[in-house]
Amino acid sequence: MGAASAPEPLGSARERRGAGIRRGIPYGIAVFAIAMSFGVLARPLMGAVAPIVMSIIVFSGSAQFGALAVLTAGGSTGAAIAAGVLLNARYLAMGLALAPSLRGRALSRAAFAMTTVDASWAAASIGGGAFDPWYMVGVSVPQYAGWVLGTVAGVFIGPVLGDPKSLGLDALFPAFFIALLFAEARGRRKLAAAGGGAGIALALTPILPAGLPILAAAAAAVVASRMRS
Amino acid sequence: MTGVWVMIAVLALATAVLKLAGPLALGGRPLSASALNVVELLASALLAALVVVETFGQGRALVFDWRVLGAAFAAIALTRRAPMIVVVIGAAMVTALARLLT
Repeated sequence: MGAASAPEPLGSARERRGAGIRRGIPYGIAVFAIAMSFGVLARPLMGAVAPIVMSIIVFSGSAQFGALAVLTAGGSTGAAIAAGVLLNARYLAMGLALAPSLRGRALSRAAFAMTTVDASWAAASIGGGAFDPWYMVGVSVPQYAGWVLGTVAGVFIGPVLGDPKSLGLDALFPAFFIALLFAEARGRRKLAAAGGGAGIALALTPILPAGLPILAAAAAAVVASRMRS
Repeated sequence: MTGVWVMIAVLALATAVLKLAGPLALGGRPLSASALNVVELLASALLAALVVVETFGQGRALVFDWRVLGAAFAAIALTRRAPMIVVVIGAAMVTALARLLT
């Protein structure tokens, strides 16, 4: 995503949400394409309805692709859940970072927090550890629409597309994760964690059942956290 | 199929819990500094592992196919600050083209 220009923290909730929506439209388009590939790839394993329901209630690219990847590779339901949950563990840190910027009642804070996705959370950062919650909501709106509609499109055009491989759809998976990683792994310790995680996955893929090498890569985060920043 | 629905339900719940924990625990104790350090690095480690598995994995085997070319395109496009749509669609097109030509 490159360096984000700081959103304007002033203005009414409506203005900030509107600015967020405009910022989120390109993300929504990219997310539509990615979700379409999710629908295409998920349908043979999950049927037509389950992928759409999953996109509506999970709304998390990395967890959905991660869990699907485990199932595709023949992993168990438990391994798929574990991979998805671990992939979303970052939301814990994102939520703690966001918390001081959310005011009002618990229900209102919860509603804002539920709209957190990577791109929106990053875009809503206004420096000094502060976030603009309405801007974040705005950026998430086109992404949610793109994610759900893209999944529907993928599920229905999937069967007439033929072999997803001939369209290179299997390259969407790695490209998507590379883009997320590129935005995420900034700084020495994160790069070390990424390098370690990649190494662990390479070493363990031929040895362990699908999903477990990804889980084991979490050890790299523990080791890298001991490094000086 | 039951497994799929269980997976969807658990992932939806777990994702909500992870998103809500911080904001709802406001005023409570945040994670210890060392735990937060680990959580902060978790995404990098797991995403890198996923890149490896998705680019080279095929079940338990490591293979080298045209996905690698798409992934390389994605990496280069990202260093050129290409928008995400170009990165993702371009990677698929490069891979599809390579398969068509070979």
